[in-house]
Amino acid sequence: MLFQLFNKRKSEVLISVSPMGWLFIFFVIPTLLVIAMAFRSADPYGGIGDEWTLNTIKDLRNPNYPLIIWRTVWLSIVSTVICILTAIPAAYYISRIRKKYQDIILLFIIVPFWINFLIRIFAWKVFLHPEGIFKQLLVALHISAPDSLLLYRPEAVLVVIVYSYLPFALLPIYASAEKFDFHLMEAAYDLGAGRLQAFIRVFIPGIRQGLLTAIIVVFIPALGSYVIPDIVGGPSAEMIGNKIAQRTFIDRNLPHASALSAILAFAVIIPSALALTRRFFKEKNSGSLGI
Amino acid sequence: MDDFLIFDGISKSFGNHKVLDNVSLTVKKGEIFSLLGPSGCGKTTLLRICAGLEEPDSGRIILNGEDITDLSPNKRQVNTVFQNYALFPNLSVFDNIAFGLRISGMKENGIKDEVYKYLEMIQLTDHAGKKPDKLSGGQKQRVAIARALINRPKVLLLDEPLAALDLKLRQRMLVDLDNIHDEVGITFLYVTHDQSEAMSLSDNIAVINEGLVEQVGTPTQIYEAPRTSFVAAFIGDTNFFEGDVIEVNEPYSKLRIEDFTDVLVYNDKKIRKGDRVYLSIRPEKFTVTLQKPRLPESYNIVKGKVEEIIYLGYHTKYWVRVNEYLIETKRLHDRYMLDEKMITWGDEVWLSWHADYCYMLEQYNMEDEALLTLPDEEIMAEIESEAVEDE
Repeated sequence: MLFQLFNKRKSEVLISVSPMGWLFIFFVIPTLLVIAMAFRSADPYGGIGDEWTLNTIKDLRNPNYPLIIWRTVWLSIVSTVICILTAIPAAYYISRIRKKYQDIILLFIIVPFWINFLIRIFAWKVFLHPEGIFKQLLVALHISAPDSLLLYRPEAVLVVIVYSYLPFALLPIYASAEKFDFHLMEAAYDLGAGRLQAFIRVFIPGIRQGLLTAIIVVFIPALGSYVIPDIVGGPSAEMIGNKIAQRTFIDRNLPHASALSAILAFAVIIPSALALTRRFFKEKNSGSLGI
Repeated sequence: MDDFLIFDGISKSFGNHKVLDNVSLTVKKGEIFSLLGPSGCGKTTLLRICAGLEEPDSGRIILNGEDITDLSPNKRQVNTVFQNYALFPNLSVFDNIAFGLRISGMKENGIKDEVYKYLEMIQLTDHAGKKPDKLSGGQKQRVAIARALINRPKVLLLDEPLAALDLKLRQRMLVDLDNIHDEVGITFLYVTHDQSEAMSLSDNIAVINEGLVEQVGTPTQIYEAPRTSFVAAFIGDTNFFEGDVIEVNEPYSKLRIEDFTDVLVYNDKKIRKGDRVYLSIRPEKFTVTLQKPRLPESYNIVKGKVEEIIYLGYHTKYWVRVNEYLIETKRLHDRYMLDEKMITWGDEVWLSWHADYCYMLEQYNMEDEALLTLPDEEIMAEIESEAVEDE
C-alpha cells in the first residue's frame, strides 16, 4: 500500500518534471530577465547597457504614468465586469436549449475569430468614425452632436475591449453551465427559492470555476491591451501597453519598457497571489460550519 | 376530513406520449402512500406535478382543502427528496439543510438550533461541516431527507429515494425512513418501482401502469386480492389460469380449465355459469407432495412432473409441469429431516391447494404474462445478486 503510494508520487513527479522545466526555462526566467533589465542602463543605440543603475526607476516619476496606469486598471476592471455580466445569462440560456441549437450558437460565437483581429478592430474604427454609418445615424437621430467624437476616447476602447473579449468570457462560463446539474435548480425551487434566488444561490456558485477562468482570460489580456487603444483610443485614451510599445520602438529605451512591463506584471501577480492565499486559508478552515 | 392530498383527474402528455391518463388518488393525512409501478409508468411525473415542477394538462391537486394546481413550486408546502439527492455541492451539510430556512428569512440563531435538531435525527452531527462529495450514499440520502423535512412540509415527496443504494443499505434506510415518519408524522408520498420497498413501508399503495391506476389498497389487499393481472404479476409471483364456469354453488363454484383440471374456486366475485374467468394463484399457496394427499373436498389436487428446482435456503421453488401449464410453487422448510425423501427433478408430484386460494381477476391482459418469472431468469437473477454481494 505504502509502496504503491510512493510509486504514484514518483510517477507524478516524473510526469510533471518536463512541463515544469518548460515553464521555468521559457516563462519564469524571461520574466525575471525583464524585471532585471529595468535595473540596467539604456544603450543609446537601443540595446542594453552594461552597468546596473536605478536611473530607469527614477524616470518612472513621469507625471503621465499614474493617470495612464489608473486608466488601464479601470478600463480592464469595467470591461471584465461587463463581459462576465453579459456572459452569465447568455451561457445559462445557451445551456438550457437543445444540444443541436447550442452547437449552432457556439459556431456563431467562434466564426468572427476567422477574421483577423486587426481587421476587426479596424472595422470598429470605420464604424465609429465621424464619417462612419453609426455616427451618421446618431446625428440623424439627434442623439449625438455633429462635432462630438465617438472615436478616440476611453469609452470607445471599453466598447471594443468588451467586443473582443466577450467570447473568451462566454466559452468557459458556457463550459461550466453545460456541465451544471439543473436538477439543483429544481431542488432550490422546491425548497422555496424563487427564480432569481435559485440563480444567485445555486447556479452562480455552480459555475464558479468557469467564472474564475473567464475573469482571468478577460482581465489579463485587457490589462495588456495595446492594439485596441492604439487604433480606437488615440492619445487621450492611452493604456500602459501603448507606453511600453512607444518606449520600445520609438524611444528605443528597453530598460524603461521593461520597468513598465514589470509594473504591469506586479499589478496582476500581487492581487492574484493575495486571492490565492486567502482561498488556501479559507479551504484549510472549512472544517468549521461555514456560517 | 381524512382526505388530505387529492389528485383529481390528472392527465399529462409529453408530445404524443400520454404519461398520465385521468389519474385520481386520495392520500390520507399522516400516512405513507406509495406510487408503485415499472419505470416509465408515469409515477415520477405524478410526483413532479405534485411538487409543481411539472404542469398537468388537466386535473386539479388539492392539498389540505386548498387548490395548489397553479402555485409555483416555491409557494407549495411540499418538499421533495430527489432520486439523485440533488444536494448543493458547494454547500456544507449544515448549509444544505439550512437552505430552505435561509430562503424563508429565518434568523441565523434559530437556524442553527433547527439544523442541529435535524442533524441529530439523521445522526450526522459530526459531519455538519463536510461537503456532500465527502459523504457516502446513505449519508447523502439522509441529508436530502433532513433538508426537505426541516421546512415542515405538509407532504414529503420521495422520488425513488433508495434506488441508488446497495441492498444492505437499502434495507437499513427503509427502517430509518419508517422511524423518521413515526417521529415527524408528516404525510409521505413515496415513488418506487421496488414492490418490496412499497410493501414494507406503505399504509396504502397505488399500482400504476402506463399512466393508469390499476389498483389502490393496503399492501395486503394488493398482494392477496389483486384486481388485475398486471397487479398480480408485478407484485410478487403468481400463476395465471383461464377457465369457464361450469357449476355455480355456495361457497365454491367449479371451473373447467382446459389442459389442466376442474378447479374449485371461492365465489369472491359474482359469476354465472358459462362465464370466462381468470385466476391468479400465488406460488406459496400450493403444497407439493410425493404421495397423493388425502384432503377434504374443498381442496384441489392435480398431478404433475417437477421440471426445475431452485433451493433458496429458507424455501425451495419448484416448477411443476401439468400439460401446457408450468406452475411455480414455493415450499417453506419448517423442519428438515435427514431421512425425508427429497423431491428431485423429474419426480411425479401432487399439487394441492384450497379453493379459497384461487383469486379471480377483474381484468386480464395477456401481455402481463411476460412479467412472470421463468425458472432460468430466476437462476440468472440469483447468480447476479450473489455476485453483487461478493463485491
